[in-house]
Amino acid sequence: MARIIVVTSGKGGVGKTTTSAAIAMGLAKKGHKTAVIDFDVGLRNLDLIMGCERRVVYDFVNVINGEATLNQALIRDKNCNLLYILPASQTRDKDALSQEGVGKILDELKKDFKYIVCDSPAGIEKGAHLAMYFADDAFIVTNPEVSSVRDSDRMLGILSSKSRRAEQNEEPIREYLLLSRYSPDRVKLGEMLSVDDVQEILSLHLLGVIPESKSVLNASNSGTPVILDEKSDAGQAYADIVARYLGEDRPHRFIDDKKGLFGKLFGRK
Amino acid sequence: MSTDPQQNAHHLPVLEFKSSTFSVPVLVLAGNDVMTIEQQLQEKIHLAPEFFKNSPLVFDLQELNKHDLDIDVAELTHTIRKLGLLPIGIRGGSAQQNQQALELGIPVHSGHGTAVASSATPKQQIPEPEPESAAEPQAVTAITTMITHPVRSGQRIYASGDLVILAQVSAGAEILAEGNIHVYGSLRGRALAGVQGNTEARIFCSDLQAELISIAGNYKVSEDLNSAVHNQPVQIYLQKNTLVIKDI
Repeated sequence: MARIIVVTSGKGGVGKTTTSAAIAMGLAKKGHKTAVIDFDVGLRNLDLIMGCERRVVYDFVNVINGEATLNQALIRDKNCNLLYILPASQTRDKDALSQEGVGKILDELKKDFKYIVCDSPAGIEKGAHLAMYFADDAFIVTNPEVSSVRDSDRMLGILSSKSRRAEQNEEPIREYLLLSRYSPDRVKLGEMLSVDDVQEILSLHLLGVIPESKSVLNASNSGTPVILDEKSDAGQAYADIVARYLGEDRPHRFIDDKKGLFGKLFGRK
Repeated sequence: MSTDPQQNAHHLPVLEFKSSTFSVPVLVLAGNDVMTIEQQLQEKIHLAPEFFKNSPLVFDLQELNKHDLDIDVAELTHTIRKLGLLPIGIRGGSAQQNQQALELGIPVHSGHGTAVASSATPKQQIPEPEPESAAEPQAVTAITTMITHPVRSGQRIYASGDLVILAQVSAGAEILAEGNIHVYGSLRGRALAGVQGNTEARIFCSDLQAELISIAGNYKVSEDLNSAVHNQPVQIYLQKNTLVIKDI
């Protein structure tokens, strides 16, 4: 049975698109046919992060309007042939999306794909609402910072009341916390919220912590999801997250800063 | 890709009746002077304006009819609507009053103290996390609303009796009750007890970090709270119109 995962946050700029790209690539690399959809109509980014911006012919809105078929719009990833991207429209706005249209497309994708990752836009308006409406699982991306935590909390409230599962009294969406841009040094100094601080407010199942990392910018510049950078800490963190989501038990590696002797002498990379 | 919708029209059901219960405040009238009603109702609304805006209500005329005081239902309805409330039912009315109400599109509810469950009640304005069990709207035998999941930012809970929350209340959430409020978790949002004017109502919580606390309209914001009571288990009650916060 296909699973629809929404990557959402409320707050902007916390790492939703980075996460969507990495998770989708991770799942596909593990052998599951995965589709990743950009719901940010008018401000599309997923195609850049996935490195397929020069191959976009048709987009999400074209498919909803019947101007193209799903197969014409889906772009197959160059690095993994089980991964497909459905880009957003850049020229239209959010009103071009309709609940019915989105529902139909997701139903069609569910026939073929094992995982469908929905990259939500920031905010709590129509685009974000439609991205999460049909979800089975939700990855709440949060920065360890007060405004991000509060916005995530708001988003959790919306997930538990305005999703399709909530409206039809089905089993609720499974919520997971992804704490991104985490810096153990700053947490130790008391400048940044710790995992426990965030959990006290959100009380969610922690799927993983992604450390602040230069590799994220490098990844988006090169158009490859950061999970493919296997040497980087962020890449490894995402790999751990995908493994945990699929049921593996992996210890959290990036909550404490384990500097070896070399690290202490020469500083961090 | 395009399936003919017309073909499927007769086979797929497009509607379904589901049974559900909703709790809606009841406005019990003791006097029939519409101007006084308007003035006092306005005062009540002022205690919690955001809650009352577009709130549904049922008005109860039983007391009036017991004392043979007649009231013009059309005028009353007009006044209620003018103040931003939406009458969705009449109770305890005479045959003539009921007829007036029906003409205005307001359904008649039978009996006193019977559950208000029926297909006639539209969905309550306040988003409730899950359908609560049978609502007894009278203040005398008020039922306790129990919530066991965290109340998230932006959510609003209204209880016509007492409210018990067995989890945290996040910053940015609002919990209101006509009776007492108990929060067996961290209270970080706004808590308003005794919203219909019950000055005996109390607020109990095991970890006070509230943005605002209020009993029957007398409120204090987080800044006004003594730092000694922050993060403590406390009870809050009204003494001569002043909020008292005591350790429990």
